[in-house]
Amino acid sequence: MSESLTLDKPRSPRRPAARRNNFELYSWAFMRISGLALVILVLGHLFIMNILDGGVHRINFAFVAGRWSSPFWQFWDLAMLWLAQLHGGNGLRTIIDDYARKDTTRFWLKMLLYVAMAVILVLGTLVIFTFDPNITA
Amino acid sequence: MSTTASTAPEAGASDRAGASRRSGTFYRGDPGMWSWVAHRVTGVLTFFFLFVHVLDTALVRVSPNAYDEVIETYKTPFVNLLEVGLVGAVLYHALNGIRVILVDFWEKGPKYQRPMLWTTLGIWVLVMIPGTYFMLARTVSEMFGGGH
Repeated sequence: MSESLTLDKPRSPRRPAARRNNFELYSWAFMRISGLALVILVLGHLFIMNILDGGVHRINFAFVAGRWSSPFWQFWDLAMLWLAQLHGGNGLRTIIDDYARKDTTRFWLKMLLYVAMAVILVLGTLVIFTFDPNITA
Repeated sequence: MSTTASTAPEAGASDRAGASRRSGTFYRGDPGMWSWVAHRVTGVLTFFFLFVHVLDTALVRVSPNAYDEVIETYKTPFVNLLEVGLVGAVLYHALNGIRVILVDFWEKGPKYQRPMLWTTLGIWVLVMIPGTYFMLARTVSEMFGGGH
């Protein structure tokens, strides 16, 4: 062991920097923090909408109008929309990374995912903020 | 690096067999692996439902009738049954997610990952029994009991 190690980075002539940024660390942390919030938000939503007091059978336009007359439920639904979409989108991004075999497949699946996420986030936010209980049929 | 549970080449098989598998230190085929598979499947299903669900809710901006008509399909027996499946999937994902957080952050989490899995499944069954009853009671009574 007297000789110094001459083989620096064997078998990898060009090794990219292991990490360019901490994005994956932040997304890992985000999955856990948003997950905890979603346990309350989503299970509460499912309980109220599907189980409590007749469940899905009492849901109609008037029911939605009654709920969204309260800023509390507006904020609940807005937080749930954003956290669920980002949490689920990040999960699907990981799954695409795991299973897509070609770089082009991976790229286009992610583009499809990001477009779908943007459409749902914009549409959902707009619906919550512009909801009109007196809309004419 | 991939976390895909791919089929390993036979060359590596000798490392996988033997004492390490029997003493329970190996991940592959362990209940812990299946909990991860189920976490992915339930997560993807929920994400796809969320996409549809935001679109159907957006109909409140079209007209009360358009919204009510689509929501009526949620009250049909078959879709009602799918809702039980959705609640079951989300509940599993939530409980197992808490388990994953405990494995990550609780010092004894990795040691107790397996008992925590059985606890998770136990809570799931305990919640789903009354949950399924309340979700399906009206549909079942209308189909077989002649209404109420």
